[in-house]
Amino acid sequence: MTTEVGTETDVKKEPEKVQEVQQQTDQPDKTSDGAAPANAEEHQQGSQSAEAPTEQEESPEPRSPTPAGEQKKEKGISRFLPPWLKRQKSQSQEKESESAAANVKDEEQEEKGIKETSEDQPAEVKEVTGEKSKPEEVQVEEKDREEQKSVGSADTQPVREETEGEPDEKHKQQVNAQETPSKLTKKMKMVVCHVTLLDGSQFTCDVEKRAKGQYLFFEVCKHLNLMEKDYFSLSFKDSADQRCWLDPTKEIKRQIRNSQWQFAFSVKFYPPDPSQLTEDITRYLLCLQLRQDIASGRLPCSFVTHALLGSYALQAELGDYDTEEHRVDYIADFQFAPNQTKELEEKVVELHKSHRGMTPAQADIQFLENAKKLSMYGVDLHHAKDSDGVDIMLGVCANGLLIYKDRLRINRFAWPKILKISYKRSNFYIKIRPGETEQFESSVGFKLPNHRAAKRVWKVCVEHHTFFRLTSPEQPTKTKFLTLGSKFRYSGRTQAQTRQASTLIDRPAPYFERTSSKRISRSLDGAPVVNVAGGDSMGVGENGPTLELNSDTKSKLRVQGENIYVRHSNLMLEDLDKTQEDVLKHQASISELKRSFMEATPEPRPSQWEKRLTGSPATTLRLQVSGSLEEELTSLFLSKACFSGLTRSCSTTAAPVEGSKLSALPEDPQKTSPHPENDSRDGSKSSEVIPDVNGQMEVVEVLEETVVIEEVVKAKPKSPAPEVTTEIGTAPEVKEEQSLSSDSESEDEAEYHAQTPSASFCVQQIKEEPEEEEAELNQQAPPSDAEPIRETESSAIEEESSSAQPDEGISTEEVSMTPDEASNGHVLDTEDPPATEGEEPHIVNGNVSRVETERLPQVICCSEPPVVKTEMVTISDTFAAQKTEISTKEVPIVHTETKTITYEAAQLDGNGDGEPGVLMTAQTITSESLCTTTTTHITKTLKGGLSETRIEKRIVITGDSDIDHDQALAQAIKEAKEQHPDMSVTRVVVHKETELAEDED
Amino acid sequence: MANIHPYGCFTHAIVRGIPESFGKLAEGGEGAQADLAKAQRQMGVLTGTLRQKVGLQLIEIPADAQLPESWRIEDVAVIQGDTALITRPFKQQRRSEAEAVRRVMSELNLTVVEMGDEEGGSAGATLEGSDVLFTGKEFFVGISKHTNHRGAEVLADTFKDFAVSTVPVCGGSRLKNICSMGGPDTIIISQSEGAKKTLRMMEQLTDHHYDILSVAEDVAANCVYVRSPAKVDFLLHPTAEECPDSIPVFQRLTDYTLLPTACSEAFKQGGALSSLCLLINKKLGC
Repeated sequence: MTTEVGTETDVKKEPEKVQEVQQQTDQPDKTSDGAAPANAEEHQQGSQSAEAPTEQEESPEPRSPTPAGEQKKEKGISRFLPPWLKRQKSQSQEKESESAAANVKDEEQEEKGIKETSEDQPAEVKEVTGEKSKPEEVQVEEKDREEQKSVGSADTQPVREETEGEPDEKHKQQVNAQETPSKLTKKMKMVVCHVTLLDGSQFTCDVEKRAKGQYLFFEVCKHLNLMEKDYFSLSFKDSADQRCWLDPTKEIKRQIRNSQWQFAFSVKFYPPDPSQLTEDITRYLLCLQLRQDIASGRLPCSFVTHALLGSYALQAELGDYDTEEHRVDYIADFQFAPNQTKELEEKVVELHKSHRGMTPAQADIQFLENAKKLSMYGVDLHHAKDSDGVDIMLGVCANGLLIYKDRLRINRFAWPKILKISYKRSNFYIKIRPGETEQFESSVGFKLPNHRAAKRVWKVCVEHHTFFRLTSPEQPTKTKFLTLGSKFRYSGRTQAQTRQASTLIDRPAPYFERTSSKRISRSLDGAPVVNVAGGDSMGVGENGPTLELNSDTKSKLRVQGENIYVRHSNLMLEDLDKTQEDVLKHQASISELKRSFMEATPEPRPSQWEKRLTGSPATTLRLQVSGSLEEELTSLFLSKACFSGLTRSCSTTAAPVEGSKLSALPEDPQKTSPHPENDSRDGSKSSEVIPDVNGQMEVVEVLEETVVIEEVVKAKPKSPAPEVTTEIGTAPEVKEEQSLSSDSESEDEAEYHAQTPSASFCVQQIKEEPEEEEAELNQQAPPSDAEPIRETESSAIEEESSSAQPDEGISTEEVSMTPDEASNGHVLDTEDPPATEGEEPHIVNGNVSRVETERLPQVICCSEPPVVKTEMVTISDTFAAQKTEISTKEVPIVHTETKTITYEAAQLDGNGDGEPGVLMTAQTITSESLCTTTTTHITKTLKGGLSETRIEKRIVITGDSDIDHDQALAQAIKEAKEQHPDMSVTRVVVHKETELAEDED
Repeated sequence: MANIHPYGCFTHAIVRGIPESFGKLAEGGEGAQADLAKAQRQMGVLTGTLRQKVGLQLIEIPADAQLPESWRIEDVAVIQGDTALITRPFKQQRRSEAEAVRRVMSELNLTVVEMGDEEGGSAGATLEGSDVLFTGKEFFVGISKHTNHRGAEVLADTFKDFAVSTVPVCGGSRLKNICSMGGPDTIIISQSEGAKKTLRMMEQLTDHHYDILSVAEDVAANCVYVRSPAKVDFLLHPTAEECPDSIPVFQRLTDYTLLPTACSEAFKQGGALSSLCLLINKKLGC
């Protein structure tokens, strides 16, 4: 990389471009490469944590030249190779490495290799940026790298998907994938954004077309010299002229769609106690917002209040009343009320006179002290209808949800009373915690004008809930931890956090000028009426940048936080098609869970700001792990022994066929099986399971379950349509899709999901026809709409990494090791099978492998090479050892209780002995269902005269304590038996991992 | 807001004399058995207490025999800060009671807001002051036989600074019959089932915290709390004869000056202590 810096710089035609811009612009490029931007976003987490260790160990500076160089060479060649070959190559590399650790490292490198291959240009640009950046900007640089990584993984993702896709197309597409980013980088399209500031002035800013909301927002904050920015946000008007908040983590373009690049900077979260704001400038901006709100009538107040607030505004802007200077109509330019009367103006003047001696800052404080008491202060109103079709208003505020009929408050749901917030189509629902006397929770539904409105109010609710809820006085001692943990609810900081962060603000009070708020320049929601030259109206802070960086660094945390936030929102997005009975039943059992979830203090974590700022992967991990309350791992070993003569001929003849099959359809790990018998069984099995899951939407109830189902949905695009064409079980396959789409119809999100079968191609669409793709997505769901889904998907991945991953990690290891032992047999057999073999596990792991490294410690080491061993006693030891070893590095926080129980059928196990056989085939199949992830690992070994087929099933049952694990386990075993009637169960290892309720200390 | 103060700061009280026709109904006919003399005596005690013990300036509107229910002066106006909303009582015949009250308001330089007929939209609106509980921070309007949603809306329009919540009145015939303010953050409420229901709703609707003083007798739920300019907490409450079980509860308010004031006659007619007076704060920054 570093070597290319020079050339790259040449290529770059815009050296004057600020480094930040580059960074920003790069980012979208990558995102566009990702399967889905949100996905990319989320993967960042995974990749970040996966790679961070090595990264950080190496150095914060650009990677050491040696490996980079090597990679480059490889990359150079592999660029022209079809992906599967490339795969194979790296895989074989992997095989050569001896230890598991080495394996892991290789994989990582390989991953990087792939990443870099597909992402050549942007990565280099990154490096250049890094070189240029000044020492104090290291953080940005790091962030850069972080992003880069994420990009990498995001890229890796499509590549892998492609591997699963049709080979021919795949190749082409990959080439595209490689080239597109570079093209984009070269001609960065800049767009001019107009932001109406709170004083009515316009701020104009060039942003790259694919920039995220955050970039623009930070630019505006920088311009305003604002540090306590979490209360603020940018908004825009959608096509229906509705105000929408710009999501900082999403591309601007995707959010505004066809609207103008016209934004308004405004207060999103009205601090209930403005006196707690740290800086005067923040209060000033809040005042400006409130003056707007009052003048527009959005914040109703009485005559007296209008007059009083007006007088404080005058005092703040004009200073003491001056009889000389201030003639009768000196205030005619101000607007204090929607309908300003002469009488009001007189009253204002009268009061203004009484404020003599008050500084502007004091006047602002007085203004806010009075304004905050207004009943509609900070209430975000949305039109709706109640269940009887009566017009009402939903008011979202710091304390909860208010229901108004006309101007009367008819109901109120404080956040602690709300168990769930959901929306479905144009309906918005809240589920209410049962009162002391009530037994069941109740649901209240509201009808919004349309789907987007429902979505909007839901989002605002989730955000307000998150932002304000955690400051509840009930857990004052945990504030510190809350501050850290609360990240996950929405992408920004919570109030508690922002308050804490504000205490760290250490700068002289910035100078700013209170611009005269002319009545004419007042515009509601930033419709541009008069453009005061915004550029100079505010002093731009000199010491801003450094601090800016600090806040920048949190962006990655935001990203990682989002997972859980999404998880959270998943929780809220519950299926509502169930029968009432079902709902009640479920509610009864789940209410407790949710309650604990909603109220849960995210486990206290010791990490401090510093830790977060360095983006320690541990944070990520913790967040992930905290999600899974309990994991259960079940391994089932089924083995079948038969005479070698038969099997041998069988397998040798079968092998080539398999090989061709596999290479023809490498995208289908489920289908690729060495044994025709097993093949069809497994194939049908997995397709049975999936429709099942999709069919019953119940799953969405519990946290983990939700994620799992999402995982399944996510898996879909990866084992896409081609499946149908495979030789096995076409019917079930089709059924699967049908169920998926019907599923889609029932759920809002589904609109989006309905398209998922073709999703694997979306990747390319995004790259090639970004506009169209976007439109498509948007059509199905509003910009914000799309994210939960995507996020969900990715969170599912995360989830998988926290639950399913352990197996997969193992399986990979196993597989990659076993060929070693038995490589002879393979190589002799045919050329193809080993190749496919090598590839196969890879595919299986494809979507998750980057998390493996970090998850390995969590991996339960009851896995074994296909060689049969008799004792399993060592397992827990190994586990413990490995765990502690790694945990010191990355997983220190989550305390889990692990329990491993092994049941063995002695008689059959005796067969195996320690004698290593010759491995004939090995494959891994993964399928997920409701709350289980089944990884079927089939190995065939040849020992002496016996061929042994050993099927190892790893079933991860993920879920909260409410799940009957025993039953789930029994069911899993039963299913396994049914699927392989001719085999016997030789061993059942139950590994139970329970997260302890209280951590730390 | 300049006009948001802790509840209880009053400088003036407006009362209206007990008419000869006390015990009759505004629409004609007899109400409950009435003892005019006793009623007038009790009224005298009340006014004396307000004037001499609490130290309020008392404005007494002379009784009008044509208006048998006019002594329930609380119904005809809702006053907050310097704004007085002249209400629209449920009984058509009572609406003329406002005349005299309106005059007094103007004399006191209050901003008088009408919810009369001229407002086309409020034609069907009814509101009685005894269905309005102002806590200093917000309004609760009891939706009762006498007060409807429209009436509450007008109230919300008038006092825009405050949240106006509607609550059902199940227990008594009016909100103030089951609860009243017993301090800046204290609500005195009856233990009846209906009152409990109303209280639950109030608790759900409010953003604020109130201490609840639960009293056994309905009559004890209506008290008059005044915080005098000298920062003394006065609580006018029914006498021990009227509410023996609730007296110990009041006595727990150790810092208070308790002023037992009989109102049995008013109570018989469906009124209460607070029905007999309108309280006004004319002094800013109490």
